[in-house]
Amino acid sequence: MVSALARKALRDLGRLRSQAIAIALVVASGVATLVMSQSTWRSLELTRARFYADYAFADMWAAVKRAPETLAARLAAIDGVQAVETRLVAPATLRVPGFADPVRAVVQSLPVAGAPVLDRLYLRRGRLPAPNARDEAVLSDAFADAHRYRPGDRIQAIVHGRSQWFRVVGVASSPEYVYQIRPGSAFPDFKRFAILWTSRRGLEAALDMDGAFNTVALRLRPGVPAAAVAQRVDALLARYGGIGAYARDEQLSHRYLESELRQLAVMALLFPAIFLGVSAFLLNVVLTRLVGAQRGQVAVLKAVGYTDVDVARHYLGIVALIAAGGALLGVAGGAWLGHWMAGVYRDFFRFPFLDYRVGADVVASGLGVSLGATFAGTLQAVFGAMRLPPAEAMRPPAPERYRALLAERLGLQRWFAPTTRMILRQLERHPFKALLTVVGLALGCSIMMVGRFQNDAIDYLTQVEFYVGQHYDIAVDFTEPTARAALFELGALPGVTAVEPYRAVGVRLRHRARSYRTAIEGLPANGRLRTPMDVALRPVALPPDGLLLDAYLARMLGVRVGDVVDVDVLEGRRRTLLLRVAGTVDEYLGARAYMRLDTLDRALGDGALVSGAWLGAEPARQGAVMDALERRPRVAGMGERMASLRSFLDTMAESILVFTLVTLLLGGLINFGVVYNTARIALSERSRELATMRVLGFTEREVGAVLLGELGLLVLAAVPLGFAAGALLCWGMATAMQSDLMRIPVHFTSGTYAIAALATLAAAALSAAAVYRRVARLDLLAVLKAQE
Amino acid sequence: MSTGSPELVFRARGLTKVYRMGEVEVHALRGVDLDLHGGELVVLLGPSGSGKSTLLNILGGLDVPTAGQVWYHGEDLTAAGARALTRFRRTHVGFVFQFYNLIPSLTARENVALVTDIAEAPMTPEEALALVGLGERLDHFPAQLSGGEQQRVAIARAVAKRPAVLLCDEPTGALDSPTGVRVLEVIERVNAELGTTTVVITHNADIARMAHRVLRMADGRIASSEANPTRTPARELSW
Repeated sequence: MVSALARKALRDLGRLRSQAIAIALVVASGVATLVMSQSTWRSLELTRARFYADYAFADMWAAVKRAPETLAARLAAIDGVQAVETRLVAPATLRVPGFADPVRAVVQSLPVAGAPVLDRLYLRRGRLPAPNARDEAVLSDAFADAHRYRPGDRIQAIVHGRSQWFRVVGVASSPEYVYQIRPGSAFPDFKRFAILWTSRRGLEAALDMDGAFNTVALRLRPGVPAAAVAQRVDALLARYGGIGAYARDEQLSHRYLESELRQLAVMALLFPAIFLGVSAFLLNVVLTRLVGAQRGQVAVLKAVGYTDVDVARHYLGIVALIAAGGALLGVAGGAWLGHWMAGVYRDFFRFPFLDYRVGADVVASGLGVSLGATFAGTLQAVFGAMRLPPAEAMRPPAPERYRALLAERLGLQRWFAPTTRMILRQLERHPFKALLTVVGLALGCSIMMVGRFQNDAIDYLTQVEFYVGQHYDIAVDFTEPTARAALFELGALPGVTAVEPYRAVGVRLRHRARSYRTAIEGLPANGRLRTPMDVALRPVALPPDGLLLDAYLARMLGVRVGDVVDVDVLEGRRRTLLLRVAGTVDEYLGARAYMRLDTLDRALGDGALVSGAWLGAEPARQGAVMDALERRPRVAGMGERMASLRSFLDTMAESILVFTLVTLLLGGLINFGVVYNTARIALSERSRELATMRVLGFTEREVGAVLLGELGLLVLAAVPLGFAAGALLCWGMATAMQSDLMRIPVHFTSGTYAIAALATLAAAALSAAAVYRRVARLDLLAVLKAQE
Repeated sequence: MSTGSPELVFRARGLTKVYRMGEVEVHALRGVDLDLHGGELVVLLGPSGSGKSTLLNILGGLDVPTAGQVWYHGEDLTAAGARALTRFRRTHVGFVFQFYNLIPSLTARENVALVTDIAEAPMTPEEALALVGLGERLDHFPAQLSGGEQQRVAIARAVAKRPAVLLCDEPTGALDSPTGVRVLEVIERVNAELGTTTVVITHNADIARMAHRVLRMADGRIASSEANPTRTPARELSW
């Protein structure tokens, strides 16, 4: 049996249904973003944990120039080390028929006997190479998918300058390469980067590494501090050209995954907070109005013996129904969106499985948080109803006091028509309500800014990193530091118009207790093809002495210009240098240091060497230049500047578009909800006034203008505030998401402002139109008969 | 102006109005015939539910009859659309309501200006307020005025556009007797000085003494129509 009071709640809700639906949609948006990001985040976390555990992701790795296999036993004997696996890893170039761009690859050996113990492969198709089959290889799945390679296909690789044909026997992913990105690259490029796992014996022969290894992976006993083990590993490997052991936190794939998960966590917090905040505000407005209009009913309820708590429960029940309706819709929508998003991540991260699941706890938190937020938002109105003494509730509320506007007191009244004054005084009479409306609209507008922010940021970042700061056509990496003479050879290739060398050396920078492993890039003093820049995009001249640090790196190390950092060189003579920080540069990708090439050479003390070169090439002959480069054994690989970028943008385009549309929709929902509710309430509060105007001979349009003009002003005020809020929001997101891998530039195009403004206005106009239709239906007769 | 001016302002024939209130049909008007002449002050008497307000609303273009016709200066109002009725009200009709219906956020002057701004040849708000004896309280908001003062502002607002017709629905219904008399004096003055055809609805028979003509309504019909041989000035009324 439904109680009478419950019936009243249901009927009130029925009467408020269009407003209730608008609010429920905003609640739904909040819960949807919460469920989507929480469930995706958790699913990824769980999937990663399971993949790492099941496929024995190593805890530490170390690269070395050439170490005898016998060292493996000594590494295994280090206290805290549980397992050791040595490998050969080498850069390679692949040739893909019908695909003109060079494909860079990492060739990695599998153990001589049996499957790997650490970083085991997940075979999607096929099998592992037979132990002695030197021409069999397993191909990384992202690349295989991008080019449709299947077991049985053959693939040509240039390893160490020698062409070699492999038979693909399997397609796999590995916990080591969940994020399949080429070392040194900013974006993954599945078409131009591959990992090739092949037999140890074959690779030993190709690299002249019989009985030696150049990489080792280690598993540590649980709870063993990595730093202590790393020190022992480094000590053992130092004389064989070790460049420093690193743990998971410096492992490329893991770091990208980690930073991506952190971004999701930020999103999981930020978006739902905004939506639920707006819902709370909307419900507050609606419920305050409802309680105000039902003062008499509240009085009667109390007069016949309902308690204050009954009354509170009654109104909270209405709120709960709206919030729960929205939350259920949001859970469904969030699960759907999460499923889509998990699909995007599946394309990006090569997990063998990605169990997308919306956990009961996520659903519960969605429901709980939405109920909590909406209750919190409506407490004021509910307390108001509880506090109403029955007798007072029977009387109409005291009439509102208006006064002349500030502008009028200043003598500007002749500029305002009475209708304008009605609008302005209404605003001045309820400044707080107006402010909340503006804030709500601004939040909607800001969410739309966030939607385009990703797009703008990537555009700007690529502009800066690839157009402003880089002017080369082809980047060439040598297999190892090489004498400068090699540059003449490059410069002599037909079609090459410019050659500039660079030297990259692995280092660990230390300042007080902080340290960071990175590379110092030595660039020619007056280089043109690659120029580090400051925040205003001005090229920063390389100082004759000392280091240029990326500003983010400087902050990480806690150093300022003029400070001295300790530099442990991880290659060659492995010197420890003291270098002064001569300046900072602002880059969005990576956290590197720069030096003048000759200064770096002097500091390293091993002669004038280069790690590679930037080439300028005639556009028509780039292909020929690359063909020529490929045949040189010392060339580890090369890349066209733009190719990876294009491919990355293609990969991202769809998901960015969807994300933009979703945020436009969500922001639009907020704005629709805010304008619709505000207008409906204004209409009901002022219907008497507006009907009077209609009776006096004002047209629907004129009356509509008085009702909606106020909202129009608020919308106009909200747009610039929305721009500011959006910028702040994006800045907050960018700050929360920044890492040594990437800083996201906060930079908006005028198109973003235009879209956010237009979409805000459109959502407002749409809801205003919905309310405007009701102006036509104002009951002119009833309103004149009744006293307020 | 004297009674029986030849100029016919309103002519109504066979006005019928049926409301549906849920399951019940309410016959508010059952075939009303009526002529109103220029400059006439007509008092419409009758108990609640007799159809007074419905008739007034139809004359003022707020409502349309279910059957029958009304002409205003020969123009058929029953054939006019909503837009035309709005124009009709805007140009020709002044309304005074029982509960004043002032805009709370506008001062007395501005409430009048609200109308003068959209009228063709209005008086100034100051003139209109002087006419109702409120020249001193121009810048007061409704909440700062007494009931009688508010009603006089409403009358000023109604007459400021120099309407051809002034329709007053229980203008004194919410006021005490002395205040009501002052309001009626204003209505009388407007009728006399501006020659506005005026209809005053009331259920107070005393007020009928100030009219040129008294119509009594009962059960949706006009039961009687009597010209007042001698009119009593409003200031001499009391109840």
